[in-house]
Amino acid sequence: MLPSLAFLAVFFAVPMFQAFGLALQAPDGTGYSLDAVRQMLSDGAFTRALGTTLLLMVAIVPVQFVIALGMAMVVNARLKGADLWLYVFALPLGISELASGIVWFSIFTEQGWLNSVLQQLGLTHQSIVFLDYQRPWLVLATIVVAEAWRATAIIMVILVSGLQGIPRDFVEAADVFGASVWQRLRHVVLPLLKPSIRVALILRTILALQVFATVVALAGGTTTVLANEAYRWYYRLRDARVAAAYASLVLLLSLVSTVGYLVTIRGDEEQLG
Amino acid sequence: MEGTRRREFPSADASGQPLGVPRTPPAITRRQALALGAGAAVVGLAGCAPSAKKAQGGGGGTLTFVSDQFQPVDEAEKMRKQILAGYDGKVNFVSSPVGPFTDRVTSQAKAGKDDIALIGGTHGDFAGFASDGLLLDLSDLAQELSDRNFNPDYLELAKLGGSQTNYIPWMQATYIMVARKEAVGLLPAGSDVQALTYDQLVSWARAVNAKQGGQKLGFPAHQDGLLKRFFQGHSYPSFTGGVNTTFSSSSAVTMWEWMRSAWAQANRQSPTYQFMQEPLQSGEVWIAWDHVARLIDALQAKPADFVAFPSPIGPKGLGFAPVVLGLGIPKSASDPEAGKKLIRYLTQPDTQATTLREVGFFPPTGRLSLPGDLNPGIRAEANTVTAQTTSPKGLPSLLPIGLKDKTEAYDDVFRTTFEAIVLKNRAIPATLQSKAKELQALFDAVQAPCWKPDPPSSGTCKVG
Repeated sequence: MLPSLAFLAVFFAVPMFQAFGLALQAPDGTGYSLDAVRQMLSDGAFTRALGTTLLLMVAIVPVQFVIALGMAMVVNARLKGADLWLYVFALPLGISELASGIVWFSIFTEQGWLNSVLQQLGLTHQSIVFLDYQRPWLVLATIVVAEAWRATAIIMVILVSGLQGIPRDFVEAADVFGASVWQRLRHVVLPLLKPSIRVALILRTILALQVFATVVALAGGTTTVLANEAYRWYYRLRDARVAAAYASLVLLLSLVSTVGYLVTIRGDEEQLG
Repeated sequence: MEGTRRREFPSADASGQPLGVPRTPPAITRRQALALGAGAAVVGLAGCAPSAKKAQGGGGGTLTFVSDQFQPVDEAEKMRKQILAGYDGKVNFVSSPVGPFTDRVTSQAKAGKDDIALIGGTHGDFAGFASDGLLLDLSDLAQELSDRNFNPDYLELAKLGGSQTNYIPWMQATYIMVARKEAVGLLPAGSDVQALTYDQLVSWARAVNAKQGGQKLGFPAHQDGLLKRFFQGHSYPSFTGGVNTTFSSSSAVTMWEWMRSAWAQANRQSPTYQFMQEPLQSGEVWIAWDHVARLIDALQAKPADFVAFPSPIGPKGLGFAPVVLGLGIPKSASDPEAGKKLIRYLTQPDTQATTLREVGFFPPTGRLSLPGDLNPGIRAEANTVTAQTTSPKGLPSLLPIGLKDKTEAYDDVFRTTFEAIVLKNRAIPATLQSKAKELQALFDAVQAPCWKPDPPSSGTCKVG
């Protein structure tokens, strides 16, 4: 217990309070003020960045969750070659966010792979500009697809481990009582999977709030997110206080979502005990 | 992110000749050089009495060479594995974004730390170091390296108006245009691709789009692209004859109206383009403007498919930004001789030829002396650079000077002005007036004077 607490204190609590402290530092470095927060709120990109970040979170998390659950069930069904599926599904885990963004850029760009395929299949005659800044919804959709591909595996891995922790007798008992596949999933598997679901959702939501390189690679800056604005204020505008304010906002949103999940998804651990 | 890089160096016209005045096409060398480079300068020297540090010969350790150039991983690798490969000694080449780079050089020099042997940076970088008195005087080295045939104007600029040389010229570059050869047949009647006006460029793009479908003009409008340099060094000077003092003038309004008309012909994916060489090669874009080093892959890969040509000409001339990079040694370096040895290596003709082949930056010489076995694509680029810098309508324009840690904030104002006026269609005069206030606040914060082509200011530059 003590080592974990020490780890959390050194690598989480201290940097977190330092970030808050920096965000609340007065411009002259002495004392505290809300100056940096005010600057962030009046920044022209703030509303756009916050809106896009939340929108991405809302769009990405459910899509990924459903896909990951399906993948986890496939892996857990212990079909022939299940191990192979696990490796195939987990492949994107080894690819960095930026590399994934660049790969997806080469797919969605005007002369990219997707347009080539569509044209070869005769579905379109002229290339579609998917990454058109005038159609932000389309750009957002490409980001959701890229993110879903890149980070669904992490949820799957968590869910697979949860599924493997469910005693087989529970499922077999349901079978004996004639439960359909859906009933088994709804009344046996999902309730027992709640602790894993909770962990997966917390983790994925936090990652969605931090999304950065994929957005920059696919949208180039016209669609912006909170992490990109933190980067802009730190590296371009050279104001660590406002960058810290943005970072603190990401942190606060992460904390709020985590508490939300902890409260709304009550674990049924005792049933497994 | 990893993709960011800055490779432009402010340059200045040091000749004293009024900018924008037609020059007689000269026998290259000085004048051309001047044009190409103008500027660089500011490097500072601060204090650098040569005696301040004792030279200690060679030294067997690893040299640390810090730079804000070659940030993309492949370029940094070319620097380490190709350009520095022939150096007799170990070099730790560290490339980082301008902010952390400036912080590192400044904080270590001020703290008297001696682990940086060599700095490779832009004019703006050196300007800041100079004003803080962090650089060693390299006059002796400049004299020793007279066989390198550096552009004499660059050497003069490196003195920053004083008597000591603050940096040794390293490389030079500029921004040009490249188009696919198929597009040349669609040029408007009476226009010459080597001397296009801004209006002809838009008409040309319109003709190409009408024939091909889609939008074939391209700008590097990614947040890490160099579109900001197009405004600062090319379109603003060409339309207004200045940059900061004419920022919200009526001719600036005309320039932004032109930009809207050009953008209407531009590929809608332009905000995702960081380098124009890729969309040119794929055919997404047929006509593009960018930094020479961000076009070179297309020209090298398929020299027969592309034509390179100078930036367009506006009402006030052919505004263009020459770029000069320098090599400097911090005063705090424990072994300045080691840094000098590396400068000798980096400026020798063989190394300069490798640099040109690998990363597309030209030697900072008066006459563009190029190796004979050059790829035709690089040769085409070199010819265009020469044509642009010797154009009788040439109007060399410096890039930001002396803004210290506000340099990127200054660039950001041009990016956000573009977003507001062109992407969001906000009213031009009102936007320019509000952005002019932001610019003025930046100048006031660092008390930076104006730079060419704006007229010299007594004290802090006043944004117009």
